[in-house]
Amino acid sequence: MNKMKILWNFMKGYRSLYIFSISSIGIATFIRFIWPLLLRITVDSVIGDKPLDVGGWLQPVFSGLFQQLGGRTSLIQCLWIFGLILVCLTLAQGLFLFFKGKLSAVASEAIVQRIRDKVYDHLQYLPFKYHVNARTGDLIQRCTSDVETIRRFLAVQLVEVGRALFMVGFALSFMLPMHLTMTLVSMALIPPIFIFAVIFFLKVKKAFQSSDESEGRMSTVLQENLTGVRVVRAFARQSYEIRKFDIRNCEYRDLTFRLIRLLAWYWSVSDFMSLLQIAVVMILGTYWSAIGMISLGTMLAFSSYVGMLLWPVRQMGRVLTDMGKALVSVDRIQQILNEPVEDSGTGNAQNYLQGNIEFRNVTFGYEHDKPVLKNISFRVSSGETIAILGRTGAGKSTLVHLLPRLYDVQEGAILIDGRDIREYDKKVLRKNIGIVLQEPFLFSKTLQENIGLAVENYTEADIRDAARAAAIDDVILNFEKGYDTLVGERGITLSGGQKQRIAIARAVIRNNPILIFDDSLSAVDTRTDATIRLELQKRPQRATTFIISHRLNTLAEADRILVLDNGMIVEQGSHLELLHKDGMYKRIWSIQNELEEELASEINDRNAELNVNNGKEIQIS
Amino acid sequence: MIAFEEKDYTKRFDPNLWKKLGVFLKPYRKRLLVLALFMIALAGVDALFPLMSRYAVDHFIIPATSRGLGLFTLVYFMLILIQSGNIYFFIAIAGRIEMDLTYDIRKKTFQHLQELSFSYYDRTPVGWMMARMTSDSLRLGSFISWGLVDMVWGLSLMILIAVIILILNWKLALITLTVVPVLVILSLFFQKKILGAYRIVRKTNSKITGAFNEGISGAKTTKTLVREKENLREFQNLSRNMYSSSVKAAVFSAIYLPVVLSLGSIGTGLAIWLGGEKVVLDLLSYGTLVAFISYTVQFFEPLHEMARIFAELQNAQASAERIFSLLEEIPQITDSPEILETYGNVIATGKKEKAVIKGDISFRNVSFAYKNGEKVLQNFNLDIKAGETIALIGETGSGKSTIVNLTCRFYEPDAGEILIDGCDYRQRSQLWLQSNLGYVLQSPHLFSGTVRDNIAYGNLEVDDAKIEEAAKLVNAHEFITTMEKGYLSEVGEGGSLLSTGQKQLISFARAVLADPRIFVLDEATSSVDTETEKKIQDAIQKILRNRTSFLVAHRLSTIRSADRILVIRKGEIIESGNHHELINRKGHYYSLYTNQFLEERETVVLNS
Repeated sequence: MNKMKILWNFMKGYRSLYIFSISSIGIATFIRFIWPLLLRITVDSVIGDKPLDVGGWLQPVFSGLFQQLGGRTSLIQCLWIFGLILVCLTLAQGLFLFFKGKLSAVASEAIVQRIRDKVYDHLQYLPFKYHVNARTGDLIQRCTSDVETIRRFLAVQLVEVGRALFMVGFALSFMLPMHLTMTLVSMALIPPIFIFAVIFFLKVKKAFQSSDESEGRMSTVLQENLTGVRVVRAFARQSYEIRKFDIRNCEYRDLTFRLIRLLAWYWSVSDFMSLLQIAVVMILGTYWSAIGMISLGTMLAFSSYVGMLLWPVRQMGRVLTDMGKALVSVDRIQQILNEPVEDSGTGNAQNYLQGNIEFRNVTFGYEHDKPVLKNISFRVSSGETIAILGRTGAGKSTLVHLLPRLYDVQEGAILIDGRDIREYDKKVLRKNIGIVLQEPFLFSKTLQENIGLAVENYTEADIRDAARAAAIDDVILNFEKGYDTLVGERGITLSGGQKQRIAIARAVIRNNPILIFDDSLSAVDTRTDATIRLELQKRPQRATTFIISHRLNTLAEADRILVLDNGMIVEQGSHLELLHKDGMYKRIWSIQNELEEELASEINDRNAELNVNNGKEIQIS
Repeated sequence: MIAFEEKDYTKRFDPNLWKKLGVFLKPYRKRLLVLALFMIALAGVDALFPLMSRYAVDHFIIPATSRGLGLFTLVYFMLILIQSGNIYFFIAIAGRIEMDLTYDIRKKTFQHLQELSFSYYDRTPVGWMMARMTSDSLRLGSFISWGLVDMVWGLSLMILIAVIILILNWKLALITLTVVPVLVILSLFFQKKILGAYRIVRKTNSKITGAFNEGISGAKTTKTLVREKENLREFQNLSRNMYSSSVKAAVFSAIYLPVVLSLGSIGTGLAIWLGGEKVVLDLLSYGTLVAFISYTVQFFEPLHEMARIFAELQNAQASAERIFSLLEEIPQITDSPEILETYGNVIATGKKEKAVIKGDISFRNVSFAYKNGEKVLQNFNLDIKAGETIALIGETGSGKSTIVNLTCRFYEPDAGEILIDGCDYRQRSQLWLQSNLGYVLQSPHLFSGTVRDNIAYGNLEVDDAKIEEAAKLVNAHEFITTMEKGYLSEVGEGGSLLSTGQKQLISFARAVLADPRIFVLDEATSSVDTETEKKIQDAIQKILRNRTSFLVAHRLSTIRSADRILVIRKGEIIESGNHHELINRKGHYYSLYTNQFLEERETVVLNS
């Protein structure tokens, strides 16, 4: 069992706590087993007049103690001693039960804490590519409900298995010396009860599953109805929706009830067998003590033992099936941990970059033989602004993602300040490159914390400064709580453009020598876009800047424009240079002329007003 | 956006609330009674077993005879059979009540949600409503059925035992029962503590889930910011909190059980001591002593179950309160009583209101503000002739969507009136208007099921031929037939198996099938590829013919073809006219047009 081994490894450092916890439950169980014996001695040899005979290994212990206390004659005067011993035994048992509870809680919670931390940390260091393709919902489920399954197993079930084993062991060693036949009789139905439990819980898995699944279907209908409320109302489909929901609601009710009925059947049969086991002990015991084969005390002791044994045995069926679930969860977590993390690279610890960049015959593809970038070469000197233009899928984002080594080139090399970026430590590289992603992610913290996320020490002035550069300062001040406004579910929802601007502020505050805007001004209006670019130029240190954009003004103002098509640079140069080439850039600029022509024709052709269908002539083709 | 505020819930027992709950319980009164009877029977048999032991000791073992043991065995066996039957029935009945009750609550809540107005949906997160329908209804249902099970069983067992031992030997009984009050108080105390501690655990746990969510969704950003270490540190704080609160809760539980056991054992100890002495003096039979000892153990078993129920009462009550807060929400938009009488409401439709809508729409001095106080329209006037196509353009928040929402009667004006075919729509039924609406949204919403199901949503009573016809009209037929199962292909949850463009085409087909008199396209053409874009444009032209229609913020080609373009700013029409008129005016529309023209054309050039 490979999974067992993984679980065993998770438990490292806390195994001894488990040993203590299981020992505690062992001791508690042992003490619990003493008291029917005590009852037997009281009934048989103190109140009654039979000689003390507990048999086997118990005999010397108890007869010694019995004599010490003065034998029957003095004990019969002080029956309170037995009451007291019982209370003391229970206290001792309680103490060890407490130890067991506390120790297994400490151990299981600590192990789970470690699993959580480990998985969280591991996820963060998985390569960029992993997160691009990740199925978020599935991952979160693994990190939460699978971890919870493991926790429950570690906190409750593991110790429960220990208890059951102790139970059976002690039962045999206490009962066998007392009476062999009675022992066999008392245990006769235990195996069938146990087997029945295991088989039942294995079989009923499907019923649990179908109930869960139907609940899922019901939630889907519910969720789709609530999120699609506009559609429902616009088509006046309320009663149709009610019927649709009712079908799922009924289905869930019926499937779950079927499960409950199965459980009712199980508990009824299992209780019948258990009660039958007690009855067998009771009636045979009565008969045998009536004919003098065993004593009254023995009979009483045996009925206590049987009662104690039955519960854990019946629980075992459940525990064993749950253990299967826990092992599956362990496997699902291990799958995450088995994913190789990103190698941060050792390299030169030079902490400050100038920002001179060179792409040298760079070829890269996400899959091996499908290059997205082909043989790209260009140079950028420190402080230059480079605009990148190209259609969707031309490789623009890929190109800028290579710089902070979110992906590594396949062929060729990228050099920063004359040194291959693979020689830098990734962390150093990324700390020097501010990249604003197309769909930036904000954390559920305050706006101030979000902007200061990636710098160690910042003053309020730094934050405001960065926010001003990103043209978001006045927007933030308009919020009721200003910079202390919380973002996200518990706070405000920002528009796409606002998010982009916060992300820009977050990058700008680091004063990086290299800045990348991966189409990250797409959701702000043209005027704000221009303001932000102007503000950036005013910053004390001019960064080498890459801007992916479609906006004509943005492109025109850049020092140089790269036009990418199909993974290759098809045009390259300043605005004026490119206007003289007959390429894509020129075509885009000529749209303006087109517009002017069209507007001129609109204005001239007054008669066109009468033509309602005019719009169709100029449809986009 | 208004932040949704969770109310605080009362902690005291609230009789009013449980009275309201009585309405839900009414159909189950008989079954609840039967369940209670089964529980009493169960407790009765449970309480009989020690008496059986007593009989065995006093009648067979002590006199050393086996005469009558056969009959005894038979009785014992019957008791076992009865008990097994009891167990089956009580679980089945309680389960039935639980499931039926939660079913009822869900059904009623869902119906109510269908009647509630948009203003409610605006300020209530979907997750909140979902939680009421799922976890709260389940918690309430299980509390009522299983709570009753535990309460009745526990109470009757304790009463029965107390009565039996008082009869057996009242002095000994009184002495052994002295620990009960202490135990009751301690149990209540601990259960409250334990539940409180677990509540904190649950809260921390949801924070951890949130942190994982953020850690995973934000991983790419984290990487670019090199913030892995700080994130881990923050997460470790949380997981450490989780550790300590979980351990705290577990320790409370770990203390509780030993305390109950130990206190209970005092009762048993007293029984051994004082009972034993009486046996020695022949004042008490062996059998009675044995029964006494069993009873003192058995007596305390139900105690912590019952303490748990009392502690859980608070949670169940909070669930009930939340459910009722939803059920008692009054729909803002309702039909007048006369209308309801003739045509029924949205749920129980009576006759259909037959009057055909022509499509003339007039806003007369309409004022409207959203619930958060945001004033959108003031004294707004607009007249639209049947069959006219109106394009509404303006910035986010200018009020263009509000005009559409008011037209659809998703909201009603605060002042003034909206006339449809010259009649205030509040004098008609909601269904009359809404079953004549075609509505296509920016992000098309599909339901799980097949393509066919989704198109048929527009009109449930049509045959396949009509559905295909509608799909052909909007150019969706082509891609549908290339799918593996054609019209019977699953679209996935929320249409996730289709592209946005495909979803859009299907939502057009759905609207076409409804054959509405009034049509709304709310930013219906968002980012789709050029090919699909063209198909959608074609579809729109076909759909709009002869219908009163609204286009909200659209592609230029669509806007240009509108009969009238309204430029909206701050709830007012600042420009109005057709494309040519507005271009010649060189005002707001002119600059909007030029901007958008450049962007649209550029996309075309880039992707050609």
